[in-house]
Amino acid sequence: MWTFLHKLSSPPHFYDLAAKMIPWFAAASLLLIGYGTVAGLFFAPPDYQQKDAFRIIYVHVPAAYLSMMAYVVMAVSAGIGLIWRMKLAHAVAAGAAPVGAWFTFLALATGSIWGRPMWGTWWEWGDPRLTSELILLFLYFGYMALRAAIDDTARADRASAVLALVGAVNVPIIHFSVEWWSSLHQGPTLVRAGGPAIEPVMLWPLLAMILGFMLLFAALLLGRVRTEVLFRERRSRWVRKLVYPEEPA
Amino acid sequence: MELLSMGGYGAYVWTAYALTFGVVIICVAQGRRRHRRVWNDLRSRLRAASERSK
Repeated sequence: MWTFLHKLSSPPHFYDLAAKMIPWFAAASLLLIGYGTVAGLFFAPPDYQQKDAFRIIYVHVPAAYLSMMAYVVMAVSAGIGLIWRMKLAHAVAAGAAPVGAWFTFLALATGSIWGRPMWGTWWEWGDPRLTSELILLFLYFGYMALRAAIDDTARADRASAVLALVGAVNVPIIHFSVEWWSSLHQGPTLVRAGGPAIEPVMLWPLLAMILGFMLLFAALLLGRVRTEVLFRERRSRWVRKLVYPEEPA
Repeated sequence: MELLSMGGYGAYVWTAYALTFGVVIICVAQGRRRHRRVWNDLRSRLRAASERSK
């Protein structure tokens, strides 16, 4: 186990292993998302209250989960990088941010599109769930802007890691917002006391979509981290040989 | 036709799905473009350096 972890944290080894893993994650996510989309749009029956509008759940919930999961991945990796000075962990944090920002945007946009016919409004200022998710988007933007503003990679890693860790308080706030305060947003469907409040024929496509998007995130993240590793290791012998093999030794 | 109209919610449902797959495509394309850019940058820098040392 430890030798495996040690090998994994060696940049050239990670770079190769990630390249081999990405197609598998991508293929599995494609299958799950394909099934979830078809089953969610056409096979699941319309909801008794929300009719066919409820089908937005199959893209909104995975996007919202990922928006938070990506932040947790980012903050935990940043923390590991800060405490154990592990460069690969900082690369993971930096790679998670843009993907997380896109999925946060997607959660907000699909939520807004869902809110319009159900609540009669695209957006409600001051609503705790909506506002905390918007703050999440700004945290991602702040993190990326801070990284972009500092040229020295090691300093950018440390400064942005502190920001990521401080911003992590927002994640439980998003999750519990619908229970702590009154919100337009409906309560939890899956993770609640008494089990999921949804019929199996509606539930399976949702679980497939959530798992499919998580695998998609894994594939996207591995790709981003490879790019980070390539850049960070640009002065090393293995990267130079890889990128410019015809260089006379 | 019935399928497209989604009981009158078609515009909302289809927009949400289109947006989702749009974001997925953007994420994939952005990641690849960045990787290619970093790669090409490094390569041209290394080539320039080896030309200079000749």
